[in-house]
Amino acid sequence: MTNAYPPIRPPNGLGPVSGWIHSVETGGTVDGPGIRYVLFMSGCPLRCLYCHNPDTQHMHDGTRTTSTEVLEDIALYAEFLKRAHGGLTLSGGEPLVQPEFAAAILRGAKALGMHTALDTSGFLGNHADDHLLEDVDLVLLDIKAFSEKTYRHLTGVPLRPTLEFAERLAGMNKRIWLRYVLVPNLTDDAAEIDGLAEFVAGLGVVDRVDVLPFHKMGEHKWKALGRKYMLTDTEPPSRALVERVRGQFQARGLRAD
Amino acid sequence: MDTLLMDGLAQTTEQQSAADPWRGFAPGVWRRSVDVRDFIQRNLCPYEGDAGFVAGPTARTTALFAKVTDLLKQERAAKGGVLDADTEVFASITSHAAGYIDRELEVIVGLQTDKPLKRAIMPFGGWRMVKTGLEAYGYTPSPKLEEIFPALRKTHNDGVFDVYTPEMLRCRKSGVITGLPDAYGRGRIIGDYRRLALYGADFLIKDKKAQLASLEVSRIDEDVLRLREEISEQIRALKELVQMAASYGFDVRRPAATAREAVQWTYLAYLAAVKEANGAAMSLGRVSSFLDIYIERDLSAGVITEAEAQEMIDHFVMKLRMVRFLRTPEYDQLFSGDPTWVTECLGGMGLDGRTLVTKTNFRMLQTLHNLGPAPEPNLTVLWSEKLPDGFKRFCADTSIKTCSVQYENDDLMRGYWGDDYGIACCVSAMRIGKQMQFFGARANLAKTLMYAINGGKDEVSGEQIGPAFAPITGDVLDYDEVMARFEPMMEWLAKVYMNALNAIHYMHDKYMYERMEMALHDRDILRTMACGIAGLSVVADSLSAIKHAKVKVIRDANGLATDFEIEGDYPAFGNNDARVDDIAVWAVERFMTALRKQKPYRNAIPTQSVLTITSNVVYGKKTGNTPDGRKAGQPFAPGANPMHGRDKKGAIASMASVAKLPYAHAQDGISYTFTIVPGALGRTEDERVSNLVGMLDGYAHQGGHHINVNVFDRETLLHAMDHPELYPQLTIRVSGYAVNFIKLTREQQLDVISRTFHDKH
Repeated sequence: MTNAYPPIRPPNGLGPVSGWIHSVETGGTVDGPGIRYVLFMSGCPLRCLYCHNPDTQHMHDGTRTTSTEVLEDIALYAEFLKRAHGGLTLSGGEPLVQPEFAAAILRGAKALGMHTALDTSGFLGNHADDHLLEDVDLVLLDIKAFSEKTYRHLTGVPLRPTLEFAERLAGMNKRIWLRYVLVPNLTDDAAEIDGLAEFVAGLGVVDRVDVLPFHKMGEHKWKALGRKYMLTDTEPPSRALVERVRGQFQARGLRAD
Repeated sequence: MDTLLMDGLAQTTEQQSAADPWRGFAPGVWRRSVDVRDFIQRNLCPYEGDAGFVAGPTARTTALFAKVTDLLKQERAAKGGVLDADTEVFASITSHAAGYIDRELEVIVGLQTDKPLKRAIMPFGGWRMVKTGLEAYGYTPSPKLEEIFPALRKTHNDGVFDVYTPEMLRCRKSGVITGLPDAYGRGRIIGDYRRLALYGADFLIKDKKAQLASLEVSRIDEDVLRLREEISEQIRALKELVQMAASYGFDVRRPAATAREAVQWTYLAYLAAVKEANGAAMSLGRVSSFLDIYIERDLSAGVITEAEAQEMIDHFVMKLRMVRFLRTPEYDQLFSGDPTWVTECLGGMGLDGRTLVTKTNFRMLQTLHNLGPAPEPNLTVLWSEKLPDGFKRFCADTSIKTCSVQYENDDLMRGYWGDDYGIACCVSAMRIGKQMQFFGARANLAKTLMYAINGGKDEVSGEQIGPAFAPITGDVLDYDEVMARFEPMMEWLAKVYMNALNAIHYMHDKYMYERMEMALHDRDILRTMACGIAGLSVVADSLSAIKHAKVKVIRDANGLATDFEIEGDYPAFGNNDARVDDIAVWAVERFMTALRKQKPYRNAIPTQSVLTITSNVVYGKKTGNTPDGRKAGQPFAPGANPMHGRDKKGAIASMASVAKLPYAHAQDGISYTFTIVPGALGRTEDERVSNLVGMLDGYAHQGGHHINVNVFDRETLLHAMDHPELYPQLTIRVSGYAVNFIKLTREQQLDVISRTFHDKH
């Protein structure tokens, strides 16, 4: 019986690479299977109306560190997380804003024997080369809308790169958990969701769809940043609406919670 | 067949089984000498399945529980939460006639007094406490009792105050040492209540007589005389237990012959203890896997059904939920919620690698589903990574639904205490029937740090409490300078503290000896002197601030350091940061080293706990501003917890910091309270169960000792504060024990709510 884990040396294959991080949550349970070390990286090209971490959008709002330092910290939890059937999740922000940094951390986590997940919008999917993706066990892919119009209104960027990334992942047989934030009057269009469900089912690699009811827990952060929050008057979706949307995914043979 | 014949037949079967109570049990040394562990090892039926077999409440259980619920409701509505109290009779094992809730419905019987929830007078701890207790709840003790106490009979409390030194009194008054059992029963002694069921009183009395004979030695000194007197008292207690059991119609001179008798006998032994001894914690031990052997025997003989097996356990637990003591309002302020710490241990692994999980462990947990959540009995799972998965999941599921389970690391403790230990109170492990502790409450380490800074003067009152070492006079605290004063101040505290405990336990043995509990122990036992510390995270953070940031001292007109100004950030305990966690580890080891230099009463072995129960609130109230930025009067974190809101890296980092605290230097236990909102434990019910299991496995593997698990929303608690009537059973876990949330003081409720909720999502 040991009281604390001895630090495990980070691998030397990659890095150290410098990067920016926002914060760490060591006990995450909703960003991938089991209990997870969630590394919130800073910087994101999207400007989602409902963003609940607007303080991570600018890279330089975070803390500058190196992959070696990050991995030394992750190593402290590797044994615990393995026992808790969890692992590491890179989230943000958008981890693929800093692909070399992300790749170095993922490689190190694999060397520690950990399960790895990448939480991404997919917009910068082409930043992720095959070597990076080789070190990813699961992609938590946010497809925030399924029409160019809605997607651009919601995020400020085009949808196309995300869908291309999804198809590339499918081609590599990379497992995906789809995440879909359900916002009344914004992302609840039945036809659009049907289209998404059909596309997602067609990928053949999506093990699960998380329909995430919109919440306003990030609103205070917008205020703190002195920015206007556009969804103040939007209410969380009703239970019936959530069930309807889950049903739309389930109708395509997908597991949706 | 007519009924007469049927009755005759049933009686014959009963007589037959009584004539051969050990039928079907594998033999072993347990048949010749008192050795419950050997019996368990040879006869246990480990269970590796899931909770699919458990039964719901029977009609009889539901009817009886409705009556109990009604009584509890009346009790809550009564003045001070005391339904009824005796004003005439001193409690003893035989002082009261048999009492019932509803004789027709009760499968397991026996009450502390002649009526349910009626509190008895136990005056040997101190008459004033009894009198104050009675008067606080609107009762007047009979004048004839006042003639006896204190005029004719001296009490434990009288004895202690006869010998306390002025220095001890000063420390007690300032709160640098608090909660000492000098005015209430020390508790934390677990009788091996299983012995009555397995052997019957005749066998045990014979064994005790042999022990007495073994003490006819050539040199009869004070130690031998004391032990001879104690054993004589133990024999007397066993005889009174026989008499008390007879008043309920049971002959406990012989061993229990059926499952129902085994439960009944075990309970009667426990009942005899709580009829007479008002200990702070009256723990049960580890009875359910023992009882399982009897239940399995009757189940496989087809004599009982699963529903009946569950019924026995449900009724047993209802009784345990109704144990009451008469206590003073001051005591309640310290240990809120009327706790009795009827701690029962479930699970654990055997030394031979087999699991000690049995179906009756499940049945015990099932009581929380059948009867709803409740703080007592204090169900404690001895967690091992190797426990069967089905049991792990049932524990986690029960935790999430009821918050009424605590977990302690069996993989860590087994090496110290074997595989037949129990937990007394919250976190104190002891081999059952072979070990006891002298409960020592705790010393306020945060205040001690303030004494180091202020040259032994109390930061609140300004009085000279500790030795008048040179105070620190600089404007900015220097780490080395503070440490150079902190260490001798700890040495001084350890000395006063141990001496005070020696006084207390000498007198407790003399005036308030727990003859019933000790009758269910071996002759020669291991005694520990269980000291404790409070304010560990305040100390670690304060020293970290002094070391890693700049802490300026603000002094009052008399030059007393009463406040601090911190410039810059410092690493806080609870973030798995070695820069501060190492300081916390050092503090635990350093104070233990100081305690080990002392000479405890009766050759006890000094140990310490990092546990506050609810006294973290009172300790905080009595402690001024501290160098970590904590303001005067603010509660300390409970037990070994990081300070509220300072653990910023999530639950696992927080657990990792706590798990670093060395059990080797805190063998009386290290308590950690973990509170999480359901959504942060996972998205589906199944995931929540899996994640909690994973968390417990990870924490155990890391060497964490104890964890309380609370799963609820902040909103629920806020609502319950204002609408207590809607939450009669809302149970939460606080630093080693469970409590009815609505029975806490408002201050403690707010403390619980302000504690770190791990609710990031």
